[in-house]
Amino acid sequence: MNSSASRKKILIQIITYTILVFISLTILYPLAITVISAFMPGNLMAFKLNISSKWTLENFNRLINTTLYVTWYRNTLTIALFTMLIQLIIVSLAGYTYSRFRFSGRKNSLKFFLIVQMIPTMAAFTAFYVMGLMINGLDKYWYITLIYIGGGIPMNTWLMRGYFDTVPISLDEAARIEGAGRLRVFWQIILPLVRPMIAVQALWAFMTPFGEYMLARFLLRSSDALTVSVGLQTFVADPRTQKVALFAAGAILVSLPIVILFFVLQKNFVSGLTSGGAKE
Amino acid sequence: MNIFGISALKNFITLGSTPTADNSLFMMIEGALQIIICLVFILVFIVSVRDAKQTAISINKGNIPNRAFKNVVRLVIDKGFAYLLTVPAYIMMIIAIVFPVLVTICIAFSNYDFKHIPPAKLLDWVGFENFKNIFILSSYRATFLKVFIWTVIWTLVATTLQIALGIFSAILCHQNFVKLKRIFGVIFLLPWAVPSFITIMSFSNMFNDSAGAINTQIIPILNYLPFVNIGMIPWKTDPNWTKAAIIMVQCWLGFPYVYVLVTSILQSIPIDVYEAATIDGVNAWQRFTNITFPSIILIAAPTFITQYTGNFNNFSVIYLFNNGGPGSLGNNAGTTDILISWVYKMTTGGSPQYSVVASILLIISAVVIGVSMIVFKQTHALNLED
Repeated sequence: MNSSASRKKILIQIITYTILVFISLTILYPLAITVISAFMPGNLMAFKLNISSKWTLENFNRLINTTLYVTWYRNTLTIALFTMLIQLIIVSLAGYTYSRFRFSGRKNSLKFFLIVQMIPTMAAFTAFYVMGLMINGLDKYWYITLIYIGGGIPMNTWLMRGYFDTVPISLDEAARIEGAGRLRVFWQIILPLVRPMIAVQALWAFMTPFGEYMLARFLLRSSDALTVSVGLQTFVADPRTQKVALFAAGAILVSLPIVILFFVLQKNFVSGLTSGGAKE
Repeated sequence: MNIFGISALKNFITLGSTPTADNSLFMMIEGALQIIICLVFILVFIVSVRDAKQTAISINKGNIPNRAFKNVVRLVIDKGFAYLLTVPAYIMMIIAIVFPVLVTICIAFSNYDFKHIPPAKLLDWVGFENFKNIFILSSYRATFLKVFIWTVIWTLVATTLQIALGIFSAILCHQNFVKLKRIFGVIFLLPWAVPSFITIMSFSNMFNDSAGAINTQIIPILNYLPFVNIGMIPWKTDPNWTKAAIIMVQCWLGFPYVYVLVTSILQSIPIDVYEAATIDGVNAWQRFTNITFPSIILIAAPTFITQYTGNFNNFSVIYLFNNGGPGSLGNNAGTTDILISWVYKMTTGGSPQYSVVASILLIISAVVIGVSMIVFKQTHALNLED
């Protein structure tokens, strides 16, 4: 009896580890292929796991010197930084207001945020094009930045408000009694306490322009105005002139900083996900 | 140019009379802008009237309002502070969401397509013509129906699988005896951390029929297993295999998010609940269906729904993996295109059908908003506390 129970336990352990290792391999294999291909010499036709050849930095060299990659990267970085900064300011002000102030129209405007948030940003992309045409915004960074910022506001304000709600309001009151002004309470007392959520939203806003393809491809036309996602796609789009190795090299340079930021801020994600989203 | 005022509204109705001199498109946009301005104006007007009424009531009660400048400024800062802080959010939302949606609605009811490009040609209002065409005109109806059915199948299958895999891996990893939880956790997060367009493009390359890694490396390895004998699979040229491939890729991309969420929920379920159940002789499956699964759904249901609506509009996997192909369903649609990628191709292709595209976009939005509304009603997210 006892031995069969322990045998069953061991069996469960073996099965569990087998599945976990299998999932891990499935995740690591394609990533490893892409990473390794970036260091392989010659003209690759397709990604393969091949560690026998000599490793080289030639692809990175070609990427930087013979393509527009550096320009694309700079474009994306500019758009990402502005999106992040402006969106954070707007969202934290609005989130704070909805959490702390009771004003007429508050409930209705919160519902408005929630409903607007349901509209997929993509739903209006013909309009983005036409508007861009009219105000001369096609191919311009400020235009696409504006759209990225606006698209993230309703959802993020909603999440931000949820997180502000977790900071007890008695803290504000105490500070107000001590004579601190409204802005000072916000800036020096409440804002530091919601830093985890700020970090998460900063990362999300920063990542959007790096990962977004559809709008960028549609609104940015000339080859030196592209963002990295659209630019890198041109390397693999045409099957005849495939620059697979260059794509892999470019992919690493994009992913590395984002993955690092992601893992640094990862702890904040969970609290942001559960406390902001599910709170009523 | 008449940008504002009555003339903008008049142009909005007529959309101009002389080609090249009048740009119908710009008139449409200016009209839409004017409508928003009017709405904001009316809102401000109503608020002012209400405020005046309240002041009148307070005067009748014998309170004399303090009109000193200093007092007015203080009042504005005190009462208006909340509005002041939310104004930027509203302005940005109107510019980037509300106004574009309004313009999309306008385009959906016009005849804007490659045959009518302003300013050379004038646009006209055509009522529900575009919607009728989608559902009645045989060439559109056939394509729309096929694309729509695949969109629904794709949404249900891919999302359910990615949620199931997320829950499964989280529960597996959460078991007490599992060592190296940290390492597995980091690995499982990677697909979420790496920008998705990169992995999709890499996968697209790996699934290449003749030279890709799946056909030349993975399948030969699988063939070493007993009873397994698979040939080269036409991932990119057979619609069904492409569909299978994109569903697998989406699972790979989508499960980490669910994994993180479910792991944090599992950690919040008190252990004694399980201990009590075990003492009562409840087996593992019953523990899952009666304790674990309900707790997960309770917290994660809204997130799961956004996963479904997200995949309904998941442009990048479809478009970047195989360009919606292989093959064609007519009207620019490929066999694996979902609505959003089809619509994208109709806009960027050789003969853009802006008005039809706009009407389909409205249909898509209606579906997404409808589903979300039902869910939010169910989960009482709209019942705000005060």
